[in-house]
Amino acid sequence: MAMLDVKNLGISFGGLHAVDDFHVEIEKGQLYGLIGPNGAGKTTVFNLLTGVYKPNEGIIKLDGNDITGRSTIEINKSGVARTFQNIRLFHKLSVLDNVKVGMHNHHAYSGLSGVFRTPKFRRTEKEMNEKGMELLKVFDLDQEAFIEADNLPYGKQRKLEIARALATEPKLLLLDEPAAGMNPNETAELMDTIRFVRDHFDMTILLIEHDMKLVGGICEKLTVLNFGQILCEGETAEVLSNPAVITAYLGE
Amino acid sequence: MNKNERKIFKNNMLTYLMVIAFFVIVQTMSSTGHLSNLLNALLVPICVYTVATLSLNLVVGFSGELSLGHAGFMCVGAYASALFSNIAQNVPLVPRFIIAILIGAAVAAVFGFLIGIPVLRLRGDYLAIVTLAFGEIIKNLINILYVGVDENGLHVATTSNGYKLAAGGKQIMKGALGISGTSALYKPIKSWFFLIGIILVLITLFIIQNLVYSRTGRAIMAARDNRIAAESVGINVLKYKLTAFVVSAALAGVAGVLYSHNLSMLKVSTFDYNLSILILVYVVLGGIGNLRGSIIATVILYALPELLRGFSNYRMLIYAVVLIAMMLFNWAPAARNWRSRMLEKIRPGKERKEAA
Amino acid sequence: MMSFISYLISGINLGSVYAIIALGYTMVYGIAKMLNFAHGDVIMVGAFVILTAITKAGLAPWMSVLLAIVICTLMGITIEAIAYRPLRKAASPLAVLITAIGVSYLLQNLALLLFGADAKSFVTIINVPNVSLFGGQLTIKGITIVTIIVSAIIMTVLTLFVKRTKPGRAMQAVSEDKDAAQLMGVNVNTTISLTFAIGSGLAAIAGLLLCSAYPTLTPYTGSMPGIKAFVAAVFGGIGSIPGAMVGGILLGIIEIFGRAYISTQIADAICFAVLIIVLLVKPTGLFGKNVQEKV
Repeated sequence: MAMLDVKNLGISFGGLHAVDDFHVEIEKGQLYGLIGPNGAGKTTVFNLLTGVYKPNEGIIKLDGNDITGRSTIEINKSGVARTFQNIRLFHKLSVLDNVKVGMHNHHAYSGLSGVFRTPKFRRTEKEMNEKGMELLKVFDLDQEAFIEADNLPYGKQRKLEIARALATEPKLLLLDEPAAGMNPNETAELMDTIRFVRDHFDMTILLIEHDMKLVGGICEKLTVLNFGQILCEGETAEVLSNPAVITAYLGE
Repeated sequence: MNKNERKIFKNNMLTYLMVIAFFVIVQTMSSTGHLSNLLNALLVPICVYTVATLSLNLVVGFSGELSLGHAGFMCVGAYASALFSNIAQNVPLVPRFIIAILIGAAVAAVFGFLIGIPVLRLRGDYLAIVTLAFGEIIKNLINILYVGVDENGLHVATTSNGYKLAAGGKQIMKGALGISGTSALYKPIKSWFFLIGIILVLITLFIIQNLVYSRTGRAIMAARDNRIAAESVGINVLKYKLTAFVVSAALAGVAGVLYSHNLSMLKVSTFDYNLSILILVYVVLGGIGNLRGSIIATVILYALPELLRGFSNYRMLIYAVVLIAMMLFNWAPAARNWRSRMLEKIRPGKERKEAA
Repeated sequence: MMSFISYLISGINLGSVYAIIALGYTMVYGIAKMLNFAHGDVIMVGAFVILTAITKAGLAPWMSVLLAIVICTLMGITIEAIAYRPLRKAASPLAVLITAIGVSYLLQNLALLLFGADAKSFVTIINVPNVSLFGGQLTIKGITIVTIIVSAIIMTVLTLFVKRTKPGRAMQAVSEDKDAAQLMGVNVNTTISLTFAIGSGLAAIAGLLLCSAYPTLTPYTGSMPGIKAFVAAVFGGIGSIPGAMVGGILLGIIEIFGRAYISTQIADAICFAVLIIVLLVKPTGLFGKNVQEKV
C-alpha cells in the first residue's frame, strides 16, 4: 500500500482551477519531487495535503486512511508534517523550544502539571530536552540550541524548520522549496541531510523544488505541474529528459 | 536542567525575591511610622493592580492578543466575591475570604471562557475593540442589577423596586450605588490585607511563570509567533489562546476580589475602559512579556500620580507627558539606536547584548 | 408612529456626528494602521476653542468655527509629527497605541487645567428654525437638518477627494502599501500628515455639531463619543469611508432606539452588543476587505 495516495484532487478559487485532477502515489521511504514553473500550483497542492485549503474534489489517503477535508491540526496528528516556502519559525522561542513545540502532541502533560512542576512534568521535559538535542544534532544545530530562532542564519533556519517538522513524528514529510536562497555548497549539504533524514528516520518525503540539480540528485520519482495540471510523471531521469517538461520550463 | 532552564529559574526566583523584599521594606517602614497615611492607603491597591497587570501580560505579552476589556473581568470578580461575602456572613472569617477569592476567580474565568470563544476568532484590532465592548457591556449590566436577600432566599431584579424583601431582609447590590460595607465585614483581618495582597501577587507570579515555561506556555507562544506554523505541528491554536485568556481572566478576577474587599464602597463606574487602558499602559511600559517589568511599572506608575499630589492640578499633566516621553524613549527606533550608540561609547570593546 | 419617526431622525442626527468622527478614525487607521485614541479628545478641544472664541474673545460664530478647524488641524499635524511618527517603525504596534493614550490624557488634563472640571453650557451657533410637519405632529430641529446636510456634504467631498485628486490617490496608495508607495514617489510623511490634518479638521466640525445637539461641555466630552465613533468605524469596516458613514448612522439610530424603547441605562451595552454580533458574522465589518494570509 502506498504511503500517500492522492486521486483526482482539485480546488478552484473564484472559478479558476488552481489545481485540477492531481494524483500521486508515493511508496513508503520514497523521495518524491514535485516540480513545475512558478504559479503552477505546487504550494497549493501542499496546502491541500495539509488541510490549509479544503479540496473541492478528490481523495487523499495517508497510509490507507482517508484524511480528505480534515483540519491542519488533525492531519498533522495523523502523520503529515511540512515546512514552508517563506520560513515560518516561532521566532521569539529558542531553537530547542521550536523543536519542543513540535513534540507537543507526543509528549504530553497537563497545564496543571506544568504549573505545579509535578514529577511527570520533570520527567517529560527531560525526555523532550534529550530527544530535542538529539534531533538538533542531526541538523548540526545543537550548538545554537539556546539562541532565539530569529538570530539563526538563513540556512540554519531552513534546517530548523525540517527538524521541527520531524519532531512531530510524521509518516510523510513535505518540504516546500528547502533549498530556496541557498548557495551551491549549502544546497549540496542540504541534499545529504535530506537523504540522511530519509534513511535515518525511515521517512517518506515529498518535496517542491526549483533547483534541478537537487531534484535530479535525490528524487527517485517526479511529478511535473503546469497551470495546475499534471504535465508528466515518472522516474526522475525520464521526466527530466521529456521535451514537454523542458518546454514548460524554458518556454517555446 | 539545561542552560536555558537554569537561566529562567534564576530569573523567576529573582522576581519572587524582589516582591518579598518590597514587602519587607515597605512593611518595616510602615510599622515604624515612616510611611505617610497616603502611601499606606496605596499598598493594597498596588497589589490589586500588580495582579491585574501580571494577568493582562499573559494575554498581551505571551498570547500576543490586545485585550482592552480587562477591567470587565476585575469587575465580575469584585462583584461576585463581594456578593458572596455579604450573603455568607455566618461562615467564619478566614475560610469566607478564601472562598470569596475562589469564587471571584471562578466567575471571572467563566466569563473569560464565554467571551473568549467568540472573541478569539477575531484578529488584531478587531479583537481589541470587541474586548473593549464586552468590558463596557459587563459594566452596563451590573449597573442595573439589584440583589437582595431575605429569609426566602436571593432576589434579583433590574430596577430598584423589582422585588419586595421580607422583614429583616437586606439589599446587597443596589445598581449604580453598588455594594457597600464589604470591607467592614473583614475588620479583624483588615490590617493583614497588604500581606494577603503580596501573597496573591506571589501566587499570580507562580501560576504565570510556571505556566509560561511549560508545554502549555510554549504552545501559547508558538501560536503567537506563527499561527499557521503552530497549526502545522498540531497545536490547537484556539485552545491555547483560550487557555491564556481564561487564566488571565481568573487572575484579574482575583485582583477584583482584593479590590472589592478593601473598599467600603464598590461602584461599577470604577471598572470602565479607562481602567483597562491604564492596566495596558502598565503592561507595555513594564515590557511586553516581561513579568518583573510589569510589577515595577505598576508600582511606580500607580504611585506616581499620588506622589505628585503636591503639584495638584499639574500632576496628571506631568503624568501624561512622562508617559509619552517614556514611550518615545523606549520604543522609537531612533531613540533605541541612540541608546545603543551611547552604551557602546560607555563600554567600548565589550560585546553588547541585543536588547530584546 | 410619529414618535418612531422622530426617534429615527434624532438617531440619524447623532449618527451623523458619529459618522464624521468615525471618518477621522477610519482614515487615520487606514493609512497609519493605528488606533488614534486621542481622536475623541480633539473633538473636545474643537468645542472649547469655539466656546472660548465666542464668549471670551467675542469672535463671530463663523470666525470661531473656522478658528477651531484651523487649530485642530494644526494640532493633528503636530501630534502626529511629535508623538506618532517616531514610533511608526517601532517593534510593537502597541507602542503607538499607548502613546496615543498618553496624548489623550494630555489633552484632557490640559483642558481640565485651562477650563476646569465643571460642565460648561455650549452656545447656540446654528440658528436654523425648526421644521414642523404633519400639522405640528412632527417637529424636526434645525440643528438636526444642518447636521445631516453637513455630514452628507463632508462624505461626498471626501469621497471625491480620495478618488479623484492626486493627494487623495496618494493616500490610497500609502494605505495599501507604504513601501511601494514610497518607491513610486509618494511622500509618505506628507501624506500621513495630510490624513491627520483632515481627520482633526473633521473632528472640530464634529465638536461643533455634537455640542450643538447636546450642549454640555467638559474635558471628557470627547471621550465616549470617540469610543462610539471608533466602534462605528469598526462596525462599517475600518479603513472604509462609506463604511464609517453607514456604521456611524446605524450606531446612532441603534443608540437612540435602545434608549427610547429598551432602557436608557443599557443603551451603550446595546450598541456594543450589536457591534459584537456584526463582527462575529462578518469579522472585518460591513464594508471591510477580507484579507487572507498567504501560506
